[in-house]
Amino acid sequence: MLRIRNLEAGYGKLKVLKNISMHVDPGEIVTIIGANGAGKTTLLSVIAGLLKAGKGEITFKGQDLRSLPASRIPRLGCVMVPEGRQVFSPMTVEENLLLGGHVVRSQGSRVLQGLLDYQYDLFPILKERRGQLAGTLSGGEQQMLAIARALMSRPSLVMMDEPSTGLAPLIIKGIFAVIVRLRQEGKTVLLIEQNAKAALGIADRGYVLETGKVIIQGPSQDLLQNRDVQRAYLGREKIEA
Amino acid sequence: MTIELFIQYLFAGITYGSIYAIVAIGFNIIYNTTGIINFAQGEFVMLGGMISISLLDFMPLACAIILAVAITMVIGAFIEIVFIRWLAAPSVLRMIIITIGISILIREAALYIWGEGVRSLPYFTGSAITAVGIFGARISPQVLWVVGACGLTVLALSFFFKATPVGREMRACAANRKAAILCGINTGNMVTFSFVLSAGIGALAGCMMSPITYTQYDSGTALAIKGFTVAILGGLGNVGGAVAAGLLLGVVEAFSVSVVPLAFQDVISIAILLIILFIRPNGLFASKEAAGLRAF
Repeated sequence: MLRIRNLEAGYGKLKVLKNISMHVDPGEIVTIIGANGAGKTTLLSVIAGLLKAGKGEITFKGQDLRSLPASRIPRLGCVMVPEGRQVFSPMTVEENLLLGGHVVRSQGSRVLQGLLDYQYDLFPILKERRGQLAGTLSGGEQQMLAIARALMSRPSLVMMDEPSTGLAPLIIKGIFAVIVRLRQEGKTVLLIEQNAKAALGIADRGYVLETGKVIIQGPSQDLLQNRDVQRAYLGREKIEA
Repeated sequence: MTIELFIQYLFAGITYGSIYAIVAIGFNIIYNTTGIINFAQGEFVMLGGMISISLLDFMPLACAIILAVAITMVIGAFIEIVFIRWLAAPSVLRMIIITIGISILIREAALYIWGEGVRSLPYFTGSAITAVGIFGARISPQVLWVVGACGLTVLALSFFFKATPVGREMRACAANRKAAILCGINTGNMVTFSFVLSAGIGALAGCMMSPITYTQYDSGTALAIKGFTVAILGGLGNVGGAVAAGLLLGVVEAFSVSVVPLAFQDVISIAILLIILFIRPNGLFASKEAAGLRAF
């Protein structure tokens, strides 16, 4: 579904991503883990078109993404939930959701209403808060809104950039449950996480990114057992020593 | 001061105030979607007046005004596409210089096309000496036209921004540009649209005020300064604040005439601008949140 080959990208002279190749198949949850500064967010920004790649190929359902402006990419069914929620603070919850449905607006108000109902079913708290300004929501609610807003475009691939950052454990659990539910409903998820253990716990496959390179990849179970991964990202060193 | 004189001054203040408010709203619309101040905003007002005056030879007044507004909107779109759109990530200073350049360009073009002469549209109803009596004060019907048109413009705009998808998308673009792109909104088109919109309402204000204030090739500059003062006073980007601040400045200016000579009227408004910039740079009505969100 998503295929990246020999991708290089960066900011000015600074090369952040070096020769990255990866793929995401339909129906999978794929996670990218790595330390701060490894290039995870840069990678998602490049896929979403917010940052132009230097070299390499990115195709989504066979279509070249690099030649498209960022605002065209959600129309193909590839949508990103940005880091730090980025909700439209001065607008209401429902307005945020309607904006998320921008690309399906032409399909009529029935489709839009159906999608709204779906989000309210997925996150009942958003229904309660529908008239409230998004900026006044709690961090967890804003994250739910950001995910729901992305889902409004009826994507086939959802890319999430660190959805668990700064949230209480119980809320994180809820959000991961939603990610699992999305896969059951046939959606594909590309998940970036600093919480490697939780991410590998729900993902099918994972890539470990270090200083802009993929250093390890494989099924989640293998990565969870991998000693290097355990030492660097799962904090097992003390237990084993 | 007699009650009649008071009302006379008050209406003069409200008239000018609503024009300032409209110019300031033009500033705000573009500021909200781009984060820049379009210093050519006053020129849109002048163009609206001048074009409608020229068109009046060929068609009735209402058609001339509508067509003038439409032409100015096209000019607004043209300016954005030619001068602004291709800039990838321009600095604020660069944008300011570009818009000042555009304003000089338009002004000189207007001088070339229409000459130095002072022109005006005829009064929409009655003539220069027709007056309506309100509490003993004598009010020109044109004043009612100006106030009514400005009021309707504000109402129409607030409906547009609240209740239409395109208005919602423009607000989204203002609130969080990156998130708007991620929703699939073409923010470039929203910027063009904001230029079209503010050119249109600027031109409408230019037509409405022309019978009272007259129109000259350089009449946009002074208005832009007043409109800018009002936009700052009301808090940049705040449409409601612009209306309140516009009326406030208009009324203060009108009443200042009874204290200081007429020639010092502009001194009052510039002094207000300076004082506000010193003590409340976020404007009288700006919320803390808005102040924190944008840096200009």
